[in-house]
Amino acid sequence: MVTPSSTGPSPQPAGTPTTGFKGWLYKRFPVEEFMSSQLTGYYAPKNFNIWYYFGSLALVVLVIQLVTGIFLTMFYKVGEATAFDSVEFIMREVDYGWLIRYLHSTGASFFFIVVYLHMFRALLYGSYKAPRELLWLFGMAVYLALMAEAFMGYVLPWGNMSFWGAQVIVNLFGTIPGIGPGLVEWIRGDYGIADATLNRFFSLHVVAIPLALLLLVVFHLVALRRTGSSNPDGIEIKDKLGPDGHPIDGIPFHPYYTVKDVVGVGVFFILFSIVVFFVPTFGGLFLEAPNFEPANPLSTPEHIAPVWYFTPYYAILRAVPDQRLGALLMFFAVVLWLFLPWLDRSPVKSMRYRGWMSRGALTIFVISFLVLMYLGLQPAEGIYVALARIFTVFYFLFFLGMPIYTSLDPVKPVPERLTYHAHA
Amino acid sequence: MTVQNGVIAADDEVDSSRRKFLTRATTAMGAVGAAFAVVPFVASWQPSERARALGAPTELDLSKLEPGQMAIVTWRKQQIYVVHRTPQMLQLLSNHDARLKDPESKKSDQPDYAKNPVRSLTPEYLVLIGICTHLGCLPKQRFEPGIPELGADWPGGFFCPCHGSRFDLAGRVFDGSPASVNLRIPPYTIEGTKLIVGVDANEKNKGAA
Repeated sequence: MVTPSSTGPSPQPAGTPTTGFKGWLYKRFPVEEFMSSQLTGYYAPKNFNIWYYFGSLALVVLVIQLVTGIFLTMFYKVGEATAFDSVEFIMREVDYGWLIRYLHSTGASFFFIVVYLHMFRALLYGSYKAPRELLWLFGMAVYLALMAEAFMGYVLPWGNMSFWGAQVIVNLFGTIPGIGPGLVEWIRGDYGIADATLNRFFSLHVVAIPLALLLLVVFHLVALRRTGSSNPDGIEIKDKLGPDGHPIDGIPFHPYYTVKDVVGVGVFFILFSIVVFFVPTFGGLFLEAPNFEPANPLSTPEHIAPVWYFTPYYAILRAVPDQRLGALLMFFAVVLWLFLPWLDRSPVKSMRYRGWMSRGALTIFVISFLVLMYLGLQPAEGIYVALARIFTVFYFLFFLGMPIYTSLDPVKPVPERLTYHAHA
Repeated sequence: MTVQNGVIAADDEVDSSRRKFLTRATTAMGAVGAAFAVVPFVASWQPSERARALGAPTELDLSKLEPGQMAIVTWRKQQIYVVHRTPQMLQLLSNHDARLKDPESKKSDQPDYAKNPVRSLTPEYLVLIGICTHLGCLPKQRFEPGIPELGADWPGGFFCPCHGSRFDLAGRVFDGSPASVNLRIPPYTIEGTKLIVGVDANEKNKGAA
């Protein structure tokens, strides 16, 4: 970021053009400083692997969602009586409306795929550990905002799953002792999920949360510019500076990583397009079958399940026989992520140099998360509930046991310099 | 005024404690103002006047409801089942407590005047919210005792077609149902032969006293 000097306007750095159009522009706008602080002068570790694609991919999906969302808003008509029909109108009668809508709905699921892989990267290489705690918290704030955005977006088509999903999720607030019932009424703006609810969710989905998301993404990137990226070895490249004052093991983000990321974006677009054009509903995972029927307050879908990216938490909610305790446990399951930087007591960041305890815990956690994701999509009966209870325990043990097992974990010595084999 | 090192300073010494106090007092006043400014925005989310008018109490003339009949009225977007129970129906209610999950309605949602074995203000009239406590489907009326689909020991009640939850004629849930809580009972009161759903019998009495 460009910080203006305290004595007045920032002077133009030596060597920038002073004549012609560039000279005119640079005299009025700090293009050079911006480029240098954000890209060409920002040094990133040279050993990034495939896990480091997902940050820039998340940014790409954000742009897809903003552009397609703006166009959907041009045709969507908010309101109990019009919402469902206007989505069908987009799908059938607007030229390429189907494409814009499927890009947006597929984009939502891909956003979470990319973000979950990005979060897994942080777990794998300890990217959340000091000095990157605040970077992690901004990232988690993005994740929370994304969950709110996705939930409200799912209500907008006003299909039957939109309606009943909103019903179930909003009713969760009713489990808060004392203020619960009043709070639910306040959120809905009526005595049931109604036109008022749809209208406010539209406003939040289209204006408020996207603005917050953009701001949080900027904060996330600003914090990243201060601490620098972590890397698969989990050591600080800033500790080893070359004669030019730049980290020996660092390379400028532009052109090296911008070019690398373009390759990642290419691969991403191939996978994304396959889903958009061939399996946009993804077998009911990305768009659920009951949502192709209009909202009907008098008829509940057979099984109410949220979209796949919420189901790990939903499975935890249903694993508890008591509704209030279930809601509380689900809330903690989300909130615990925020405390990772302080729960992790390992002297080492990367799993490369951690012992069997941390590695085992992470493996069990990933399996638990995926199993809970599957269980949340199944009816809450018999074996599914029993399994959900077991894996809920594993889920919480990963976080709550972390201060213990990371302290006891036999770690290996970390290297002085990054492990890097060119053209290996 | 003089300029020193690019900073404008008053000639006399600055009373910094006075300045600090004024800054803090201004900030505090600003914060109070901002808090008040939030009120209209928060209040705008409450149910609108129109929603409140549509959520007004619903009335039903009970004199037109024959014994053994059920009427459905709508209150706050919910179906309300009103059953005129016969003495025989009421008698059957007490025979199956052992097969119920919560015969004394300890876990369920009802006004305290309906927290009794027959779950109602007056025994003959049952008033229920017709929404299954499992996943919100609409339970169907199956009042005849011992009908084949529900078994010879069926005392009459409600059956939810979605997931097979079974409730008796007081809305109490049977063992083996996916629902775990009895059907909910709305606040209501009875004035003569007029049932008013949405007015709490307790509050009405308080008003009278």
